[in-house]
Amino acid sequence: MFWTKNCSLILLITTLLLTTLLLSGCSGGESNVTTGNRDGILHWGNGTDPQELDPHIVTGVPEHHILTALLEGLVLKDPATLEPIPGVAESWVISDDGKTYTFQLRHNAQWSNGDPVTAHDFAWSWWRALQPALGNQYAYMFFPVKNAEAYLKQEIDDFSQVGVKVLNDYTLEVELTNPTPYFLQLLDHYSMFPVHRATIEKFGAPDERGSLWTRPGNFVGNGPFRLTEWQLFKKVEVAKNPYYWDAASVKLNGIRFHPTENVTTEERMFRSDQLHHTASIPIDKVATYQKQKPELLRSHPYLGNYFYRINTKLPHLSDKRVRQALAMSINGKQIVEQVTKGGEVPAYTFTPPDTLGYTANAGFSFNPEKARQLLAEAGYPNGEGFPVTELLYNTSEGHRKIAVAIQQMWNQYLGVNITLNNQDWKVYLNSVDSGDYTIARAGWIGDYVDPNTFLDMWITDGGNNRTGWSNPRYDELILKLAPKAGDRETRYKLMREAEALLLEDMPVIPIYIYNSKSLVHPSLKGLEPNILDYTLYKKLSLEQAPTNSEEASH
Amino acid sequence: MFRFILSRLLQAIPVLLIVITATFFLVRAAPGGPFSAEKAVPPEVIKALEARYHLDQPMWQQYIGYMNDLVHGEFGPSFRYPGRTVNELIAGGLPITAELALYAMLVAIIIGVCAGVFAALKPNTPQDYIPMSAAMLGICMPSFLMGPLLVLIFGIGLEWVPVSGWGDLPGDKILPSITLGSGYAAFLARLSRGGMLEVMSQDYIRTARAKGLPEWVVVLKHGLRGGLIPVIAFLGPAFAGLLSGSFVVETIFQIPGLGRFYVQAAFNRDYTMILGTTVFFATLIVLFNLLSDIVAVWINPKLRHQLREGR
Repeated sequence: MFWTKNCSLILLITTLLLTTLLLSGCSGGESNVTTGNRDGILHWGNGTDPQELDPHIVTGVPEHHILTALLEGLVLKDPATLEPIPGVAESWVISDDGKTYTFQLRHNAQWSNGDPVTAHDFAWSWWRALQPALGNQYAYMFFPVKNAEAYLKQEIDDFSQVGVKVLNDYTLEVELTNPTPYFLQLLDHYSMFPVHRATIEKFGAPDERGSLWTRPGNFVGNGPFRLTEWQLFKKVEVAKNPYYWDAASVKLNGIRFHPTENVTTEERMFRSDQLHHTASIPIDKVATYQKQKPELLRSHPYLGNYFYRINTKLPHLSDKRVRQALAMSINGKQIVEQVTKGGEVPAYTFTPPDTLGYTANAGFSFNPEKARQLLAEAGYPNGEGFPVTELLYNTSEGHRKIAVAIQQMWNQYLGVNITLNNQDWKVYLNSVDSGDYTIARAGWIGDYVDPNTFLDMWITDGGNNRTGWSNPRYDELILKLAPKAGDRETRYKLMREAEALLLEDMPVIPIYIYNSKSLVHPSLKGLEPNILDYTLYKKLSLEQAPTNSEEASH
Repeated sequence: MFRFILSRLLQAIPVLLIVITATFFLVRAAPGGPFSAEKAVPPEVIKALEARYHLDQPMWQQYIGYMNDLVHGEFGPSFRYPGRTVNELIAGGLPITAELALYAMLVAIIIGVCAGVFAALKPNTPQDYIPMSAAMLGICMPSFLMGPLLVLIFGIGLEWVPVSGWGDLPGDKILPSITLGSGYAAFLARLSRGGMLEVMSQDYIRTARAKGLPEWVVVLKHGLRGGLIPVIAFLGPAFAGLLSGSFVVETIFQIPGLGRFYVQAAFNRDYTMILGTTVFFATLIVLFNLLSDIVAVWINPKLRHQLREGR
């Protein structure tokens, strides 16, 4: 008997609970875009969930977006031209030899608790960023500064020898090892942002990883926004910072950063007006948007490239004719038009063309005839006797499609047999780093707009080289001659020479230049497309505009 | 009964110990470490990071250190989220995943049991075939298909419910609950149909009918009690399965639950997080299995009798 009663009771309770759950949905709510446009809150799809909000610990693009809203470096970039514009520093003077930068800080720059931002804040923050125990993976951004590398490596332990000097509360002098034309750009990278000393010391030692200072309520920043909410996998919310020196020109009242790891979900969120801006777009949706709603799709070149690394230590790949043959038998045009289909551009140089006025000479072209000839000269006529070669990529449908296309091209044009192998991201990184691969897919995103970020990685035994390739003349050009060049033209000339060597020896095969694609709601104004995907949040504004779903219903 | 529970709890200890030890060494044996990155990191920094997380110590020392922390209830700091401990991450994600699992369970029970019982009443007729075919479809349809399909129809097409989120917009809990619950609903339907069919052919059901009881009393009072035993036995493991298997649904609907942390931790080689969640889920599964065994004994007179006689 009790069972019958219990059973009915359980069923009753379950039904009631479920009905409550279902009914709670029946009150039609307003979309994020509608409320956001009314209240001045931007809903920003931000990709992966941020790991941390400590600028000296984080490494990713999503963290970059949040931190540029919360903190501000000495110099900003104009999003339209990427030229440096004043940030905390209102002006700066560069010495004639290009090695000493003197920054004049503005007197009205304040932290979000009202404290003044001074030159001491920058000196202390940079000291902190170079503490080895902190584990700052972007510490190398400081390496142009005199003795910064030696200090990080603990070859010197006196920070006063590092080229950072406080001349007075509002004057900071930075001394560099070499004239570094792109130094001003680095100042806008989060690893060089200032942090609030008193707050950090309140919550732990300066070099303690992951203390509680970055939590909402604790975080003190100097950017246009201040942190109000941070829930993992859910949201990071920032609100306008009244203490910001340029608060008058900040138009938004706040930003909500949504973690959107899954691009298909992100696109659905955009379509149902939950987001103003997406971090990305599913590749199979690009064509639909291009055809039906091109005004929502934003697509522009991005400072990064997709390429294959070749392990030059392997006997059959140590011959540069073989590597050239492989490069010349890839039809880049066909790959971007029929495989990737997202508006990418085939690459025939390693540095993306027109990187701050630098364009290298095309190092190769699609030429199957020449490729066959080179392969024959290397001892493999029609691919005969060519060892079965493995092409490695990290597990992803996009990489697989490209690999399959190239596998076919190499087989068709050269007669060589390629096997495909995919590995999980961390396994793949391990294989490539330890040289345990034959040919491997790779990508590189520039840290700053200058050819150097694409070229200094190929120096002998450079941490990012990983191909075993080495050329003394290349090292000399990149490490010794180019940094000392007096003017931009001479420097670019030397770099062009270096890149020509790289493309002649072909330890890497450039395939295409990346393209940045996102969806932008028409109500979001002030977003300038640029190759760094750099956003200055204080320039953004929201204007009333019809929502996506309203448009669709008309 | 007490001895039964105690012995089962004692059996759980070696099971958990094996799970922890195997996981500890397996994650460290997997190629690629938590700090490997596409852009080369200065070796000094890697060294500092390894020292910070004791990865520079010999393996046995790390193991002892970890076990020691575990005994004190500490899962350690997360590698992927430098400012968070694993305890904090689990405590943050668990309520959400548990809520999702609970709703999914309710969906599964209501739809599954009703469909199963309904089908069992008229076996081998359309009343049986239709819900059972639907159940088969439910079992076969993975949640990564079911979820987007429901979103397309009810979220984007009809605009009845939000397409993602959890507790942000009204009604955003509906689709994830149904998506996660539907697979289990289908399974429960088959289980309860099977159970009911077996019971309904028993002599005591015939007796009940012979007494002249109305059919609904026969089904609800006499049939359900025996027929749902396999269902009850399945509920414990099912709930544990829902808790640990919500990854896909959490990803599709952007839900900040534990399932996502679990799978992401494996991809990121977040050693402490992998271990912490594995230990946590293993304990949960052991507990729920025990719980469903206790319930099974409680409602099944045959088992209760056996236990009392010490067999």
